[in-house]
Amino acid sequence: MINSGSCSSLMEVDYDDDHSHEELHVLAVDDNLIDRKLVEKLLKISSCKVTTAENAIRALEYLDALTNNDLKVNLIITDYCMPGMTGFELLKKVKESSYLKEVPVVIMSSENIPTRVNKCLASGAQMFMQKPLKLSDVEKLINVIS
Amino acid sequence: MELVQMQKNLQDYTKSLFLEGILDSQFLQLQQLQDESNPDFVSQVVSLFFQDSDRILNDLSLSLDQQVVDFKKVDPHVHQLKGSSSSIGAQRVKNACVVFRSFCEQQNVEGCHRCLQQVKQEYYLVKNRLETLFKLEQQIVASGGMIPAMELGF
Repeated sequence: MINSGSCSSLMEVDYDDDHSHEELHVLAVDDNLIDRKLVEKLLKISSCKVTTAENAIRALEYLDALTNNDLKVNLIITDYCMPGMTGFELLKKVKESSYLKEVPVVIMSSENIPTRVNKCLASGAQMFMQKPLKLSDVEKLINVIS
Repeated sequence: MELVQMQKNLQDYTKSLFLEGILDSQFLQLQQLQDESNPDFVSQVVSLFFQDSDRILNDLSLSLDQQVVDFKKVDPHVHQLKGSSSSIGAQRVKNACVVFRSFCEQQNVEGCHRCLQQVKQEYYLVKNRLETLFKLEQQIVASGGMIPAMELGF
């Protein structure tokens, strides 16, 4: 057996290749632990595969790691108000990336401020969702994205 | 005590928490996420809420006790607590946090101290009530019964 030059098998990440259920992979970003747990549950109940990140930097690192494997998530759902990089800044970074710009980004916020909502939508957010999230909101969202 | 009586007690108790405004409909949302595959979801999330809130309240006490109060540190803590209490349906804690934030905005130290007391009061109240609620549920489960679904007729 001849190995090809670049021994990259050690770096292989085993991603589930079964698309038979068209399971959406969602990245959920929120600095609040309780909210992270909840959004994860809401998404799992809606039959999504979920990865959570506690801030925008970690989210971007994860997205980069996927990109390096020619992978991307199907949806990013992020809190608006986060320390450090905000959800809005994360949205802009995603939309600026030629590889990621087609990934829908949903912004969540407890404050339904019209200027905030408009700003997010104008910068390419798919949707703005009010917190606390309800199961019906998430199910509706997943139907739209699927 | 008969199982049916225990179940009725639980329903009445839960209903009273809603009528007193201690819990709001978001708590019902939480219960909707619980099923046979994870029967402890609500108590798990609520436990996380208690742990997180204990920490936040401690940090808030320390921050407000400083010679010079740094409101840039205080407000994010209150924002966090407002968010998590809202997410689990702890309505009165959330409302107390809303008031607290307005005093932070005004940089009113006295007002913030009062608010912290109010938030603590509401927090200990909901903590106590939820702990009782979970005990009632445990008694039912231990007796081989099912937790009745919450009737929404109020």
